[in-house]
Amino acid sequence: MSAPARPDPWAQLRALTGARIALGRCGSGQPTAAQLDFAAAHALARDAVHQPLDTDALAEAWAALGHGPARRVHSRADSRATYLQRPDLGRRLAEADAARLAADAATAGEHDLAIVVGDGLAAPAAQNHALPLLAALLPRLAGRRLAPLVIAEQARVALGDEIGAALRARLVLVLLGERPGLSAPDSLGAYLTYAPRVGRRDAERNCLSNIRPAGLPPAAAAGKLAWLVDQALSRQLTGIGLKDEADLPGLAAP
Amino acid sequence: MSLAAAVGVRRYAFADLREVLAKASPLRSGDAMAGIAAGSAAERVAACRVLADLPLRRLRDEQLIAYESDEVTRLIVDSHDGAAFAPVAGQTVGEFREWLLADSTGQAELAALAPGLTPEMVAAVSKLMRNQDLIAVARKCRVVTAFRDTIGLPGRLAVRLQPNHPTDDARGIAAALLDGLMYGVGDAVIGINPASDSPAALAALWRMLDELIARFAIPTQSCVLTHVSSQIAAIEAGLPVDLVFQSVAGTEAANAGFGINLAMLQEAREAALSLQRGTLGEHVMYFETGQGSALSANAHHGVDQQTCEARAYAVARQFKPLLVNSVVGFIGPEYLYDGKQIIRAGLEDHFCGKLLGLPMGCDICYTNHAEADQDDMDNLLVLLGTAGVNFIMGVPGADDIMLNYQSTSFHDQLFVRQALGLKRAPEFESWLQAMGLADSDGRLLPAAADQRLLRDLTRGLA
Repeated sequence: MSAPARPDPWAQLRALTGARIALGRCGSGQPTAAQLDFAAAHALARDAVHQPLDTDALAEAWAALGHGPARRVHSRADSRATYLQRPDLGRRLAEADAARLAADAATAGEHDLAIVVGDGLAAPAAQNHALPLLAALLPRLAGRRLAPLVIAEQARVALGDEIGAALRARLVLVLLGERPGLSAPDSLGAYLTYAPRVGRRDAERNCLSNIRPAGLPPAAAAGKLAWLVDQALSRQLTGIGLKDEADLPGLAAP
Repeated sequence: MSLAAAVGVRRYAFADLREVLAKASPLRSGDAMAGIAAGSAAERVAACRVLADLPLRRLRDEQLIAYESDEVTRLIVDSHDGAAFAPVAGQTVGEFREWLLADSTGQAELAALAPGLTPEMVAAVSKLMRNQDLIAVARKCRVVTAFRDTIGLPGRLAVRLQPNHPTDDARGIAAALLDGLMYGVGDAVIGINPASDSPAALAALWRMLDELIARFAIPTQSCVLTHVSSQIAAIEAGLPVDLVFQSVAGTEAANAGFGINLAMLQEAREAALSLQRGTLGEHVMYFETGQGSALSANAHHGVDQQTCEARAYAVARQFKPLLVNSVVGFIGPEYLYDGKQIIRAGLEDHFCGKLLGLPMGCDICYTNHAEADQDDMDNLLVLLGTAGVNFIMGVPGADDIMLNYQSTSFHDQLFVRQALGLKRAPEFESWLQAMGLADSDGRLLPAAADQRLLRDLTRGLA
């Protein structure tokens, strides 16, 4: 072996940032280990985008929490490829599901809060972190009238607007997977929208992002969400007005 | 003239110029989402045939977005140089393509023509071009700009050093910055996308970059990529602002979505010029663009995303930028679905910008939900290097940990320099030699532990 990859001499600087610095080089190329590290991170992110949501497992885990059975719906995007290219279709319910939700809601009363768990751009985020978050959140919502949990496939944030309106909910909470990055393929986003109806804008929502054990842990996120739910219901709004006071980031929806 | 043509046994008719341009565009997901893409491959070629026979003049005389309701249209119409347009004024779009490709059309002719071209003309002709045509014509164009170094000279490629950090941590940014400089990156600009928009956090970044550039006499310029209004405020507060950045789009309504208009950009340019911080030139603006921005703001007026993008270059051109960067794959697969669409768009944007006289660079990039990977980026890097792109990005390991997307790495720029024989900006190349970072051919030297930049900056970070 001659001319191995030359290591950069300031590797100690790597401790200062998560950026891929001080990788060393072989000619103009990256050393093999660095190249494969990158490939592994990209592979996890790609798989996160394309892995389907296991709705059976989610529904079972939800039932075990003792809040009644979950409903399952699908957006108008009938495949992952369509979902990725047509965000507008991911924001609307499949017609049969819309009719079914509306029929059910006709016999039920109003609700304070509807909760939607969707795949978004990374089903593993919803699969792994939604139930731990809800398990921590539900005890803090005692006394609130909760609509049945809705599990949604090929869902964008705004799908919650149509679901919340159909369920006659004053507030809708949507939990779904955020666009995966190389450093975090399973970040969950939580979006809260008061008076949900089709056509709500992103500025009318509050958002918590990067919910995952190594980011904003689900239990901590539950505390913030419980505060936001209380504020939203008592002040009858979500969005910029709530964000400023709570000092929470209002991020654009995926 | 009727807007109709036959392909095979069928005749296709089009209602107006907007429809012809949209349906002549190579397939991309954004136009399909907008509902304006060709319905079949044959219809696309029919639209191209109509476009080929269309007089260029008609694209000047007939507006896609009304003059009365859009200040970008007014800018395009009012700044059109009829005398510069004269050499091609009698041509159809198809003839114009052939004129651009002809051996007798060179750098001087293209530079003289630029003020006579409108975004709609360059977008139209690009739709009749294959990728090799886009490269062949763009590489004949030469757009040179300067602030503290000179960018866009023949045989040169500059790189933006992009040392972003998710919490703007000064030491984290400095570590990435040092790594980039050691790779000979940073002649286009040292540009940070801040996570914060608080004035104090931004001020710290401007001061840090200013001190670094002054301390080592680096022939480059800094930029903190925040909203233009924050940069105007920073200049008024006495902060050391080199370049003023802003994202721009091709319609008045889309720019309103960015919270800007032409008057604000003019104010920003005048504020930056007032500081007189450039030593070699007065190009003080840095613009970013990208296909799909108008559609995502629901502000496209039924115009296809590539033509909207070319209109953004008319906005940029007005303010004499140092750098214009098409951030081509950042927007996501609903606008550019896969590597093929991203590569095509990158070549179109570079071609259109260069024809209009802009110092075009490209953020060769993608997100994890697009059907693309590093191999696609390698392809576009070589293609744009061949086309003579003015600058690209330099991101540690191609992984931007603040913006969460993948761009080109410090290694990638070394690769394309070696593969295509591309040098850095001359002033920066000399600085690297003086610092002992590169030899007289621009090849990186092994970094010794006592190298001054490394020693001084590492000490500061200890």
